[in-house]
Amino acid sequence: MNGLNDFLNMGGYAFYVWGSYGITLLVLAVNLVVPMINERKLLNDLARRARADRHSGGNL
Amino acid sequence: MWVWFHKLGSPPYFYRLSGRLMPWLGWSCALLLIAGLIGGLILSPPDYQQGDSVRIIYIHVPSAWMSMFIYMVMAVAAAIGLIWRIKISDVMITASAPIGASFTFIALVTGSLWGKPMWGTWWVWDARLTSELILLFLYFGYMALHTAIEDPRIAAKAGAILVLVGAVNIPIIHYSVEWWSTLHQGATVAKFDKPSIHLSMLIPLLLMAGAFKLFYVVNVLKRARCELLVRERRSAWVRELVS
Repeated sequence: MNGLNDFLNMGGYAFYVWGSYGITLLVLAVNLVVPMINERKLLNDLARRARADRHSGGNL
Repeated sequence: MWVWFHKLGSPPYFYRLSGRLMPWLGWSCALLLIAGLIGGLILSPPDYQQGDSVRIIYIHVPSAWMSMFIYMVMAVAAAIGLIWRIKISDVMITASAPIGASFTFIALVTGSLWGKPMWGTWWVWDARLTSELILLFLYFGYMALHTAIEDPRIAAKAGAILVLVGAVNIPIIHYSVEWWSTLHQGATVAKFDKPSIHLSMLIPLLLMAGAFKLFYVVNVLKRARCELLVRERRSAWVRELVS
């Protein structure tokens, strides 16, 4: 258990080390998730448009 | 080679190829990241002067490298776009900018979190820190300019020129620690001499650098694909794709 405590304590620099890794993880996660949501929305939107297009005889 | 470049510039080919590459790149990125984190946080030793705070290096330095690398990619794409008018180049710049800004932000924040315990201050206006902050504003400036201009062709051109002009900042960032006397230390890895860092720290550092680079590649492809779909929404290949 001591090993884990030492690891989390980071020799007294816990705030700085874990803060750095935490913020990095957060920023990278946002970078990963935002384009995924955008892509899903976009593909749905394009598919809907294509359907509407076909129903109107492709004149849009 | 030239034929291949030409094909790469064609949106449907780019879309298909990137779709096939992304899973491989993504999994390699995850593996490198896990290996780098284990190496950096557990296996590598604490520094004899800095103790465990030195572990910030494994994200600070790779993200600082990426902040400059992505800008260089954007500058090259900007030049290609201005000279040969390849559609993909503007897409790549637009897709790269938010990732570059993110890595610049990470480099600044982790540098600040490292500076506080080691230098005794969160921030100083020294050459390295200031030029890196300017890099962040260049990314923001590009993004603002590109979204503010309605006409996509003018937006692409103006954006490319801004990126090229801003590129002077990159050598300034790199050499700032030599040209001015800064609080920031000099280069330890990227120099002609042997790197002045022990192998036990160099290996996780390079693993993390590799992971960040792959993260950028996967992420920029993902964003570029979305951007392409939007721009080409009226073309036959997109219609075929979504129906």
